[in-house]
Amino acid sequence: MTSLALPKPEQTIAQPRKPWGAWGVRGLAFTYLGVLLIIPLLVILQDGLQSGLGELWHQVTLPIAWSALGLTLWTAAVMTLINGIMGTLTAYVLVRYTFTGQAVLNAIVDLPLAIPTLVTGVMLVVLYGPQQALGGWLKNELGWKVIFAPPGIILALLFITFPFVVRAVEPVLLGLDRSQEDAAASLGAGDWTIFRRITLPPLLLPLASGALLSFARAIGEFGAIVIVAGNIPMQTQTAAVYVLGEVESSNRLGASAISIVMLVIALSLILFVDWLQNRNRKEHA
Amino acid sequence: MTTATLHGNTQRGTTPPIITPVTRPISRRSTWGRRILIGLVVSYVTILIAAPLIRLVISAFSKGVQPIFTALSEPSVLSAFWLTLLISVITVLVHTGFGTLTAWVIVRHRFPGRSILNGLIDMPFAVSPVVVGYMLLLVFGRGGLLAPLLDALQIKIVFALPGMILATIFVTLPFMVRELIPVLEAFGVQQEQAAATLGASGWQTFWYITLPAIRWGFIYGITLTFARALGEFGAVLVVGGGVQGSTETATLYIYRALDERQYIGAYSAALVLGLFSLILIMGTDFLRRRGKL
Repeated sequence: MTSLALPKPEQTIAQPRKPWGAWGVRGLAFTYLGVLLIIPLLVILQDGLQSGLGELWHQVTLPIAWSALGLTLWTAAVMTLINGIMGTLTAYVLVRYTFTGQAVLNAIVDLPLAIPTLVTGVMLVVLYGPQQALGGWLKNELGWKVIFAPPGIILALLFITFPFVVRAVEPVLLGLDRSQEDAAASLGAGDWTIFRRITLPPLLLPLASGALLSFARAIGEFGAIVIVAGNIPMQTQTAAVYVLGEVESSNRLGASAISIVMLVIALSLILFVDWLQNRNRKEHA
Repeated sequence: MTTATLHGNTQRGTTPPIITPVTRPISRRSTWGRRILIGLVVSYVTILIAAPLIRLVISAFSKGVQPIFTALSEPSVLSAFWLTLLISVITVLVHTGFGTLTAWVIVRHRFPGRSILNGLIDMPFAVSPVVVGYMLLLVFGRGGLLAPLLDALQIKIVFALPGMILATIFVTLPFMVRELIPVLEAFGVQQEQAAATLGASGWQTFWYITLPAIRWGFIYGITLTFARALGEFGAVLVVGGGVQGSTETATLYIYRALDERQYIGAYSAALVLGLFSLILIMGTDFLRRRGKL
């Protein structure tokens, strides 16, 4: 952050003539976000912490709550791993190859953003549910239980977060200078070596951002999971479904405690990704 | 985009240049690797996304078209869809105003707390919808922070329409702002400055110069907000309670129909909701590519 002789372009402009006008607009923006975001957040923190950290910890470590959090975290982790690999691969195929059906594939990538997650859940149950043709076959012939089991949760999370990694990696891949790959190839490097040593390193940052965002998104997912998982405590009950149960049975402490844990995980991830991207932008500037 | 077209041109090589540029070794050398990778990605997307979608369409139409119409024309289903539409339209209106304002402030103004404001925008993206609903219960519900005030004014927010609108507004907050920030940044300020030096007021500058330039970010923001609002489920379930005929939205109807084993109703409502969001987003995309707007 060295001071430059020339002022940044933004600093020179668009200063409204009336300073109170500028502060009025800023004030409105702050009020909008403050009322919507800050107040609810503070209220839930206050509610969860009013009986002390010990009580909060007790609520979190209750066996049912603990297993719900555990299930949420491990299914999200598995999803993140698969999504990271398949998302990068999909971006690579979309950017580097030309083939029939490419436009269709490109459109399908964005589909999960448009479809309500509850509908996603319904779609998965209709295909992989135990009473359906494919789901029944998987269960009877292969012994794979998909719906009302962790694999269903992972499938639902994969569906919902599929665009995140693809759309994060794609623009960077498009912008890569391919002469380095050509140089490596002319020096006799194999495809895999080229990918691993030349192509992959600049993709790691967007890949990490996309993967972490999908993880954060997965922690809170509810609509698809409540349909697919089946809400069996200690087995298929995720954190969000557990919170719903606590709210419905008016157990305020339990609901607040698990909510706070979910909030802390998700928010720190979001802030971390934000920091990663900012650092990257500064390096490139 | 520029890099994309550049690569496309060299790959296709429509006009052979005098010095042949590097022919892409990848495409020439490993056709099998290429086939395997494409096959892998296509099967992944088919199993994960396309197959469930197609299966839902088949299931909804399994007993023909007539049962779908019967299920969807039930008064409670119609009122659920109307409620969803009402909530979504109000949400879009609120974000059109305040979201644009917030994006404008973040891009064009420099003031302390700006980066905090910027970071806050993404928050709803990561907060579980159930937690959103629960937070609103804590603020507006019985024994909540604002309960005495609301009681005195006799306003009902929780288990009523206002609460459900608030929940949807919370959940859809990032879309408008995040769509507008990059286009506002890209547009820059030169034309705005020119307008200002010619004597335009702040509002005139925005209306005649900035808004036309950022219209695509604007339209996308509205589309995404609308689609997300249509599909909101967890937050409106917690804050609205899903009372049939009064606080039941389309998603809550689907949930209840599944529970009551009214499968045709659930599947066809899910299909209608999914298709509606899909047409909304893909339609905007199509219009933009055709350059019609």
